[in-house]
Order: sequence, then C-alpha cells, then structure tokens
Amino acid sequence: MTTTHPGNAGGDQPVDLDDPDLSRFDIVRAGAREDDIEIVHYEPQVVPGSKAERRLSRTVASFFLLTGASATAFLAIYIWWPWEYELGHGGDKWYTPLLGVTLGISLLGIGFGVLTWGKKLLPKEVSVQDRHEGVVNERDRTITGQTMLYMADELGVKRRPLLGVSLLAGLAPVGAVAAAPLVGGLISQPHKNNQMFTTGFAPMEGGQKVRLVREDGRPIRPADISAGGQITVFPGIDHGVSNKYADSPALLIHLRDADALEAREANVRIGHDDFMWGNFAAYSKICTHAGCPASLYEQQTNRLLCPCHQSQFLITDNAKPIFGPASRRLPQLPIFVDDEGYFVATSDYTETVGPDFWERP
Amino acid sequence: MKRRKFEMAAVPGNAARGVDDRFQVATPLRRLLNKVFPDHWSFLLGEIALFSFIVLLLTGVFLTFFFEPAMTEVIYNGSYAPLRGTPMSAAYASSLDITFDVRGGLIMRQMHHWAALLFMAAIVVHMLRVFFTGAFRKPREANWIIGSLLFWVGFLAGFTGYSLPDDGLSGTGLRIASGIMLSIPVIGSWLTSSIFDGEFPGTIIISRFYIAHVLLIPGLLLALIGAHLGLVFKQKHTQWPGPGRTNDNVVGERMFPRYALKQGGFFMVVFGVIALMAGLFQINPIWLFGPYEAWVVSAASQPDWYVMFLDGSTRLMPAWEIYIPIGDGYVIPPLFWPTVVLPGVLVGMSVLYPFIEARRLKDFRSHNLLQRPRDVPARSGLGAMAVTFYLVLALSGANDVIADKFNISLNAMTWGGRIGLLLLPPLAYFVTYRICLGLQQHDREVLAHGVETGIIRRLPDGRFVEVHQPLHREDGELEYVGWVVPKKMNRLGALGPAIRGFFYPIEKPAEAPVSPAPPVDSDTERSEISSGERR
Repeated sequence: MTTTHPGNAGGDQPVDLDDPDLSRFDIVRAGAREDDIEIVHYEPQVVPGSKAERRLSRTVASFFLLTGASATAFLAIYIWWPWEYELGHGGDKWYTPLLGVTLGISLLGIGFGVLTWGKKLLPKEVSVQDRHEGVVNERDRTITGQTMLYMADELGVKRRPLLGVSLLAGLAPVGAVAAAPLVGGLISQPHKNNQMFTTGFAPMEGGQKVRLVREDGRPIRPADISAGGQITVFPGIDHGVSNKYADSPALLIHLRDADALEAREANVRIGHDDFMWGNFAAYSKICTHAGCPASLYEQQTNRLLCPCHQSQFLITDNAKPIFGPASRRLPQLPIFVDDEGYFVATSDYTETVGPDFWERP
Repeated sequence: MKRRKFEMAAVPGNAARGVDDRFQVATPLRRLLNKVFPDHWSFLLGEIALFSFIVLLLTGVFLTFFFEPAMTEVIYNGSYAPLRGTPMSAAYASSLDITFDVRGGLIMRQMHHWAALLFMAAIVVHMLRVFFTGAFRKPREANWIIGSLLFWVGFLAGFTGYSLPDDGLSGTGLRIASGIMLSIPVIGSWLTSSIFDGEFPGTIIISRFYIAHVLLIPGLLLALIGAHLGLVFKQKHTQWPGPGRTNDNVVGERMFPRYALKQGGFFMVVFGVIALMAGLFQINPIWLFGPYEAWVVSAASQPDWYVMFLDGSTRLMPAWEIYIPIGDGYVIPPLFWPTVVLPGVLVGMSVLYPFIEARRLKDFRSHNLLQRPRDVPARSGLGAMAVTFYLVLALSGANDVIADKFNISLNAMTWGGRIGLLLLPPLAYFVTYRICLGLQQHDREVLAHGVETGIIRRLPDGRFVEVHQPLHREDGELEYVGWVVPKKMNRLGALGPAIRGFFYPIEKPAEAPVSPAPPVDSDTERSEISSGERR
C-alpha cells in the first residue's frame, strides 16, 4: 500500500461524501471499492513542477506540434504537388510517398504524444478487481430455470401436442420460403448448351470449320511458326479472343522433326491418328488441374509447365502430366490446313477442357 | 423581473445531472471507468487487428466512391499511357482510375491493401499468443471459436477484395477458385455455375463479390468482432501469474485514463505505420499486370501471404485422382484435398482444440491465469508442429521463386516440400518438447541453487566453482509459481540497471544496489554475494 494521497477514508465503511476533508482521490477510491476494485498502488511518476515534468511536457508538446507541422505539409502536398500521372520519372512519382510519409508522421506524432502523456506523466497504478466468477448464484439459477419451465408449462406444448406438430409443420415451409428466392435465383444449370464440354472450336452451324487465329484475330499459316516455336491460338469466331471463350485458347506448337515423330507415334497409340498436321500439334492451354494457362513451354525437353502449381506436361507423349498435381493430360485440338493455307480445327477438343469435376465422363 | 445570472461553472454539472436524470448512466459509467485491465505487451496483438480493421473500414468507404463493380468491356482512356486503348472490364478501368486519376487514390488503395495484410497477420499472431499461453481454456472457448472464424471470414474478405480490380493476377486467382469449387464432389459444377452464373468467368462475378466484400462480409466481421470484444469485456481479460495475481482477481490498471490513453496512442501508431507503409512500399501494382485474360499468366504469380499456404498445399499434392467407375464414371480430382478438405480439417481442429485438451487433461475448471509455454510442453509442441506445417506450406507456395533465386530444381523443391511436410512437424514437436523441459529444469535449478553471478571462486583443494546467489535465505527450495524466474544479477537489483540513453546517458549509473524489486517477496532481506556454498 504505497498510496501517496493523504486521507484515510478507508475500511469497508461507505464514505460520507459530504465530509469536507474528503479529497477527490478518496471519492475515486471509494467508488472503485463499490466495484470491488482496490487501488493498491498509486504513485505519481513525476513530481508536479519538477524539471522532469517540464521536460516530459515539452516532449509531449513537441510530438503534437510535429503532428501539426506534418499534417499541414500533407495538406500542402495534397493541394499543390503535381499529382497527375506522366510517363517517365516526373515529380508525380513522389506524390504518394510524400503523402504517406507526412500522413504517417502526423499520426505517429499523435500516437507517441498520447503514449508519452499516458505512460510517463500519469501516475502508475496497480489495482485489483475481483472477478466474481467462482461465486455461482444457485438461487438465481433455480429461479431462472423455474421461470423458463413455467413458461413452457403455460404454453402447454406437452399437453397439447397438436400445437407443437402443427407449428413445426407450418414453420418449416416458411423457412423454405425465405431460402427459395435466393437459391432459385442463384442456381444455374451447369450443363446448359453442353457448355462445360464445348469450346469455341466446335464447328459452326452448317459444319463450317473454325480457323485458328492469333490474339489480333489474323489466321495463321504453317510458315508463320518456325520449328521449335509456339503460339497461342484462339477460335476464329466472334469474340473468340476474349474471356467469353476462356476455355478455348490452345497452344500451337511447331515440333522439330524427331519430336514430331515421337508425338505422332504417341498420338497413334491413343487413336488420335490425324490430330497433328505435319509437325504441328495443338494442345489446350487451360491446365487440367486448376485452370491456369499452362503457358511456359520448354523447347529442349518438350515440357509444358503451368506456372500456378507447377504441373508439367510432356508434349511428345500426348501432353501427359509427368510432374505436379495435375492428373489428366491436356486435351488435344485436332488440326489441319484448309484450301487457303490457314490452320483450322478439324473438330472441337475430344476431351473436356479445364479443371476436373465430378461428372466429367 | 430580475434576470437570472448565468453561471458558466455550473453548466457541466447541470448537464451531467440532466443526462443522468434521463438515462441513469452514473453507475454503469463508473463501472466502465473503473474496470481493471491487466497489461502485457502480448495483449496488444489483437488490438493491431482491431485497429487495422478500422483503417480498412475508413479507406474502404473511400474506395467505394470511385470503384465500378462491372465486367462490361470498356476501352481504357485514362492517364496511364501504357494501357490506353486496351479493352478491359469496367472494374479494372475504374481501379486504374482510382490509382491514376483520383487525387490521393493510390495511397488509399495501398493503405487498404496493407491494412488488410496487417489485419490477417495480427489475427494469426494473436491466435498464436492465445494458443501458446492457454488463454482459450474454459471459460473462453466461445471466444476462441469466434477468433478462429474471424480468420476465415477475414480470409474471404481478403480474397473477394483482391479479386475486385479484375487485373491479370487476381483473375488468375479467381480462375483457380473456380477450379477449387468445381472439384467438390457431386455439387461442384452446380456450385460454380451458380456462383459465376454460367461458365467461368461469366459477367456477374465482380458485382457479386463486390456486395459480398463491402456489405455482407464486413457486416459479419463487425458482428464477430463485436461479440469477441464483448466477451473479453464480460469475462475479463486473462492475466499472467505474478505477485498478488490469482485466478479470482484482475491486477492491472483501471481503464481510464491511463489505459485508455495508451490504447488510443497505440491506435494512432498502428494507423501511422500503415500510412507509412502505404506511402513507401508499393503493394499490388495492378497497372503492371494488365487486364485479366484467360490465356495470360507468368511465373512467380503469388497470392497475398495468407493464401500462400493453400497455394503451397495445392502444389505439393500428388496427382492422386479418385475414379469411381459407375455409369459414365465420376472423378474426385486431386485439387479437392488440399483446397477444400485441408481448410475444413484446419477449421475443425482449431475450433475443437479447447474441448479436446480439456477432455484429455480432465481439466474442466475455469482458468484466468495464463500459462508459460514451457510449462505445457505437449501443447507448445503441438503449436510448434502446426506452425511448422504452416511454414512448409507457405514456403512451398513460393517454391518457384525460391527455385529460381537459389538455383534449385523446381521439382526438387516440390519433393522437398512433400517430404518436409511429413517429417518436419513431428521433429518440431520433439524439439519444442525438449526445449520446454530444459527451460523448466533451468527455472527449478535457479530456484533451488540461485542465480549465476559470473564470479569464479577457487576452493582450497584447487577446484573452481561459480558463486551462486540464492534467491532466499532459508534452506529448501522455492516453489515455482508459473512466472519468470530472475536469472541475472541485475534482475535482483544487485547490479545497476543498464544505463539508458542512445547517444549519451540520460541518467546516472546506480551507485549501489538500491531497492530490489523481485517479483517474489519484498520484505525478506537479501544476503550479500558471499559464497557459493550453501548449507
């Protein structure tokens, strides 16, 4: 008990608030006692009027003044600094850093000022409060329990079972009514127009084959890709190069002679005899694992790597997954060259494109 | 008639009386002002999350004024020249506008993103604190569950927010999310199709994510945070053991004014640090990623840190596909296990842990005193195991970057992760358990034999012994009370404290050992350092 305040209004007797000798601290302490709090230690950290107090006050004040200066700087920068974006290394590149620094300093100024005020200038104290948790009021528990049981009796669900049953039978549909618009509005048939199994490369109505085009929409001739090279191709239809046909993009690869031979043999093994055209093969770019574009092609090993989860596909073996979490090969797009010398898709992919799902046949 | 004199000094008193007449606040207000809070630095970790959340609300509201949650295609025509003329979604275009054409928009965006990262980080560190000190035990199981849920709701908030700008990187994340939903057995395709309204990406997902991100999820977060704080308030904070501290009291400071001032100051510091980070460290430069195009991605595309562990688990998962040969055949793709089952198991384990531990220890009492991690080796070991499991996954989420920077084979990184995921957690358990026992033993040793003084004494027979300063006079051992045992002489007040001051000393070195303040007894006299031989 190192209470430094004079006065001995203590004990368990309630203090007389009209007592003129009572200091304000005595009242505070008496109030705390009413909440079962005992202030056991209360000690000023600085002597009023001392040098230390003046020094600390100056510190706190300078923090607040720093905040003022920094906030003013923030406003000035916000208003007058050139902020509109320009290419190159203009002053606008400093706009955000300067705002951040001035705002940060002004907030830290308030923070440290208040912290210093609270931690250094206010008296240190140790107070002890009772938790009152172990004290279980059995009487109250009994009363509340009995009250609730009485309410149940009054309602008489037990005596009148019809009420309970009919209430349940009545309320359950109401709950369903609440859920129905939400579920009914959101639900969407996944296999509408067979959308999960078709892509933009499906032949158009009338059987016209779809051309392979570049990102800018131009069709592709075999001579456009050098041996070992590859290009991302899209269906040559309206909006073919857009997220509307997110499952369509394929990688058209011009294999070297030896690799092409190997790839063709692998194709024959699984009955994809005429999927390649010459040394060209096209595989879906959408990873069969999680749907990222498997876009990193390594010429030397003929591996295609998906950068999201590192699944690796061996192009010369029907794009079979050989490492990583993917479990299914990339679907191959059967291709040939039409009368005008451009690549077209013989048909759609013969396997399902994109991430796996439950009912994929 | 005489004009009544207006007394300025009586105004506050009268006003207060008026308020109390109407609302009867005097008693509850006194209780609030007087409420005692225990203090320890580790109790501030949760506050960082709370303060970050406030910053998130403030900056988030600003961003909504300018963001357009639509996937309609527009041609960008803003200030950022490299993307001018590019077709993109309205969402991405408006995000670019916030960045380049709204004055101060970039700093708001970056504050929002940094605050989100800090929010999640603070939740995790706070959760570790609560776990390792046993603060989740009865009566606080409900609050532990709410806290665990807060992480996952925060995770959803982060993911939906991250997806909104519809840039190249976030679109790829969304694509993976759609793949994850697709992988759920039986309902996968229905779920995905219902959320995206058709095939990925559809045209409505951004607007749906937007309302989830700005209304539904923040509402849920607010409710959970309110309940979390309300329970802390009602159940009163836990405290460390120490002099005068028991299971039935709270020893600390009254809430006002000092404690509240410190909290307010700390909020401003957190706010300030977020502002500094937002100004100085670039985060999520969406203008470099370009609009989302389903066929574009590059290596080293990493998600925000709190998603990394799921990315890692996905990378490490072997290609085990379950094929069910009924009818046309059904599949459970390998993606299902690390992204749906694993988080489910994690939620379940964290939610159930307090009950499992209580059952195992047959300990159903209420605990308001914290435990030092060393005193509960099995729990600390489990915690270390969980942290190691998490770290292996998180590092594996960046294994392509590590492989690239350190010239390691990518496949070796994957295999290292797979093996490490199985081997390292048990190893961490064992090591932590041993370290805990060692620390316990050292505490007991100091209590029994005293503090090492560093003074070497030569005995008549030529042996050298170190002189120990006993912590008490009487023979016999001091009992361990679950709190820090002083292990250095200056903790006993026997040596002067370190001299403070950075450039020059701001205080004089203590001349002699003055009033010692050990956490044990204060009225027993201390014997001087004399000999190492006791008894």
